[in-house]
Amino acid sequence: MFVYADNAATTCVSRAAIDAMLPYLLEDYGNPSSLYAFGQKAQEALQEARETVAKCIGATPREIYFTSGGSEADNQAIVSAARVGARHGKKHLISTKFEHHAVLHTLKKLEKEGFEVTLLDVHEDGVVRLEDVEAAIRPDTCLVTVMFANNEIGTTQPIREIGALCREKGIPFHTDAVQAAGHMPIDVVDMNIDMLSMSGHKFHAPKGVGVLYARKNMPLVNIIEGGAQERGKRAGTENVAGIVALAAALKESCEHMEENTAKIIPMRDKLFAELSKIPHSKINGSLEHHVPGTVNMCFEGIEGESLLLLLDRDGICASSGSACTSGSLDPSHVLLSIGLPHEVAHGSLRLSIGEYNSMDEIDHIIEVVPKVVEYLRSISPVWDELEKGTRPHLI
Amino acid sequence: MALYSDKVMDHFQNPRNVGKIEDADGIGEVGNAKCGDIMRMYIKVSDGVITDCKFNTFGCGSAIATSSMATELIKGKPIEEALELSNKAVVEALDGLPAYKLHCSVLAEEAVKAAVKDYYDKNGIAYDPEMFNNLEDCEHCHE
Repeated sequence: MFVYADNAATTCVSRAAIDAMLPYLLEDYGNPSSLYAFGQKAQEALQEARETVAKCIGATPREIYFTSGGSEADNQAIVSAARVGARHGKKHLISTKFEHHAVLHTLKKLEKEGFEVTLLDVHEDGVVRLEDVEAAIRPDTCLVTVMFANNEIGTTQPIREIGALCREKGIPFHTDAVQAAGHMPIDVVDMNIDMLSMSGHKFHAPKGVGVLYARKNMPLVNIIEGGAQERGKRAGTENVAGIVALAAALKESCEHMEENTAKIIPMRDKLFAELSKIPHSKINGSLEHHVPGTVNMCFEGIEGESLLLLLDRDGICASSGSACTSGSLDPSHVLLSIGLPHEVAHGSLRLSIGEYNSMDEIDHIIEVVPKVVEYLRSISPVWDELEKGTRPHLI
Repeated sequence: MALYSDKVMDHFQNPRNVGKIEDADGIGEVGNAKCGDIMRMYIKVSDGVITDCKFNTFGCGSAIATSSMATELIKGKPIEEALELSNKAVVEALDGLPAYKLHCSVLAEEAVKAAVKDYYDKNGIAYDPEMFNNLEDCEHCHE
């Protein structure tokens, strides 16, 4: 059985998205900037997509900027706030320890340029505290950026409250909503969001297309210079087919959100319930504040990459935050940020499921994971020591 | 291209000589759980020859595969030959490893040396300590 359980990494493109985009690849392939009717047809498609996306998040079409994806949107939002802040002598930014690298590395770049960055603690449950945000705010703070939902552990953040606080203090508020868009209700007005990033391929649109929402009058600085596309804020001929697909996919996801969530939650809960029966395992992140489909657990005494390779042999696609899978010597910064010791973080497993998964697939995962964990423990000198009592159990 | 060669995948999925030797003549353990890999190598020695060899490994696919290959390369060999086993030989026997996984092969080489050192120590066999200079440090932790 093949089970794709890595929907937080990417998703399949939905039929609705493909049907929506194909005409703009095959027939109406004109350049939206062209004057003739054939080009204007593409321009109209863009406008329609912009309206659709705006509607899905409670924005107006003029506040929607299409980008190459979530990373570009994050970069543009943060750099814009920093550049504008610097003009007013404000060079302090607030974020969290467990943001996506698109945010963290952009902040790092700004730090090298002389900006100051405060990264908030996310506590053991993976949730930012409003009082921590408030305490970090300074007169020279030019941006608060806090992700809507974490990509590894799936915890959601008090976005509305942070937004209200920032609004009250007059500080722009950005949220990386890549893991939330299409999966959780978002209303930028109600949630006091000034800027928001999303990525199409996390909700069944193709890769390479995303959105930056920037509230009216929120100044944007260009990351990509060139033509006057996207109201002069993002140069480059628009990815018309991709944008049309993104709009179709987001619309479909938002329209079916309740039904999808109702399908996903029992599958997720079964994974949590059954995999928790594995001794010395741990669920990472608060379950109270959580996206529907993400399951992140640690299994003591084993290492994540070997776990993934053996799951792959049994047809299961998943991910891990071990050092070997992160391509560095340290395990995932997200797992470390919630206080997990390195040894434990190396044995992490993320399963992220969506509405395309079935309970049969969940049962397959539940059958395979405990066997693989048991096998890896049987050959692990760390597990041997844990069992003998010469090494203390940490979970 | 796949992350690992077919040989690495074979040794990872069907590791040779995995397990423990309860009455081992030498046991070597290298690596660090904090860094994500620990190898423990057991050897049986008779008349200066490694007659049996087993391993336990906590680590990624290449850590398990290099441990497995190292045991194959030293089993049945005189101790002197086992001490000459280089990480490069392990990598070659596995048809290569991705560059960022080479440290796993270094660990495999060190695990063999650590087991031999333990055998020497236990049996009061004199040796040049220079041979085992690098074993105390997990290089990969200090990079």
